[in-house]
Amino acid sequence: MKTAAARQARLEISIAAVLAGIFLLFIIGNPKVFTRFDIYYSFMSTIPFFGIMALAMTLVVTLGEMDLSFPSVLALSALVFGKVFTLTGNIWLAALVCVLIGLAAGAINALLIVRVGIPSLVATIGTMFFFRGMVNVIAQGKGIALVKAKETLFYSLAVGRIGGVFPAQAAWMLLLGVGFWILLNRHRFGSHILFVGDNMESSRMMGINVERVKTIVFMQMGFFAAFAGILSTLEVTYFWPSQGQGYLLTTLAAVFIGGTSVFGGMGTIFGTFVGAIIIGSLEAGIIAIGLTGFWIQLIYGLIIMVSVSIYAILLKKKS
Amino acid sequence: MTLDRNHYECIVRLENLQLNYGKVEALKNISFEVKNNEIVGLIGDNGAGKSSLIKVITGVEKPTRGKLFVRDKEISFKGHSVKKVHDLGIETVYQTSSLGEKQSLWRNFFVGRQIKNRWGLIDVQKEKTIAQEMLLEKIGFRGVGITVDSPISELSGGERQGVAIGRAMYFDADLIILDEPTVALSLKEVAKVLNFVREIKDSGRSCIYIEHNMYHVYEVCDRFVILDRGEVVNVIEKHEISLNQLNEYLLSLSTKKSV
Repeated sequence: MKTAAARQARLEISIAAVLAGIFLLFIIGNPKVFTRFDIYYSFMSTIPFFGIMALAMTLVVTLGEMDLSFPSVLALSALVFGKVFTLTGNIWLAALVCVLIGLAAGAINALLIVRVGIPSLVATIGTMFFFRGMVNVIAQGKGIALVKAKETLFYSLAVGRIGGVFPAQAAWMLLLGVGFWILLNRHRFGSHILFVGDNMESSRMMGINVERVKTIVFMQMGFFAAFAGILSTLEVTYFWPSQGQGYLLTTLAAVFIGGTSVFGGMGTIFGTFVGAIIIGSLEAGIIAIGLTGFWIQLIYGLIIMVSVSIYAILLKKKS
Repeated sequence: MTLDRNHYECIVRLENLQLNYGKVEALKNISFEVKNNEIVGLIGDNGAGKSSLIKVITGVEKPTRGKLFVRDKEISFKGHSVKKVHDLGIETVYQTSSLGEKQSLWRNFFVGRQIKNRWGLIDVQKEKTIAQEMLLEKIGFRGVGITVDSPISELSGGERQGVAIGRAMYFDADLIILDEPTVALSLKEVAKVLNFVREIKDSGRSCIYIEHNMYHVYEVCDRFVILDRGEVVNVIEKHEISLNQLNEYLLSLSTKKSV
């Protein structure tokens, strides 16, 4: 098979097979837990928080760039969300200001990377500390309780339970997954992301505004970090200053397990979606099949090494 | 392909073009033209001003002074840009391929100018069909195992230039500028590129061909414009000169320079 599409299809089939294999192990290991809805309910309520950011991150990585600041952006925008809501009582206003903060944070990243010319890995290490630092200084180590938010329509839309059963955030992730897939594979802008990630110089020669593409991609990363901030804050109706820190590596792992190339020019939304499910279900699954929590990181590492090796071998065969 | 391809005398004409980089005169009072359906070979050593001249025509550089005529009409240098030049039907194929290696051929064909369906999304089917038609039928990628879904990394150097030239032809270019398109290609691949140049001529388009290899230039071009140190030093019709004479002339130029 020689086509670009076939190459991508093989990556996506591999990742789906890894997911199926893992769940088969879980089901065999603990049929009681894995044949009932409860565990899937818990996956659906927790995975979207970093899964949505992983979808947005897929665009960043496809562009050949990196963003490490998103957990801090999540915390900063969630902090502002909590502050505005407690001050005004208007949750829609709070959400609006929150995503604007996310966009602004993304714009600052873009400014450093595109205008100043700092490599994105380095620039976002800087902003990662800076935004987290802002959160620490403003919050002074204190959390914000948001119990009142539970009475709002916004709450039901964001993290309510559809039909009393399905977590709304899972629907958001699914919807965004479809949206991101269309954007990357069927939209002009997605095509531009692929080309800029592939070859910046030739993109410029073909009249693509490289700076604009990069700026928009970093800004959408900020936007979806803020969105994930709203969801994760509302889920527990509480903001805490270290919020989002646990998502850094899980989000990146979801993207890379999914098969998106760190070299840019190639990205798979489907892979990221499945990757997020794998990463998000491992912890509970490992415990459920009777291993202790000490095993979790070891198995994370194993899965990442194996899946990324599969992709490397698949790609090497071609060249 | 509905532009009035035959209702002008010169696709491009430059009049008294001057380009200074600070105190350095990169182009000195250049006058130069490419006639309708003419292949012009732009010849000169490195630093003779070929690249600067191309940059002005393709919209990358604005000249210090001078006039540009496209299809016999004067074009203002105000807002001169790559995009504007594209819209005038002038396309450039660079020596380093201007393609995305990992992307499929059809995506490369339409990058920056995607065909949209009624939902504003890329019309994949239509793009593939057109790319297929252009590449397999008009440019002749037949029976070599290449499809519109092939990534560019599967293509040879000559085939890549073929895609770039095919793209230029599809987007209604009346003038295709080939900037050293055969650098780093094998002999067989060079033959392919020369064939593409003949295609350009046969389809009624014009071309500026830049090459160091005089055999290739002589073979495909109708006229030679010789640049030296930022000036046009000679314009020679193909029938006025043999390949040997051309070579000797160029050699005499370069020895004069070193004295």
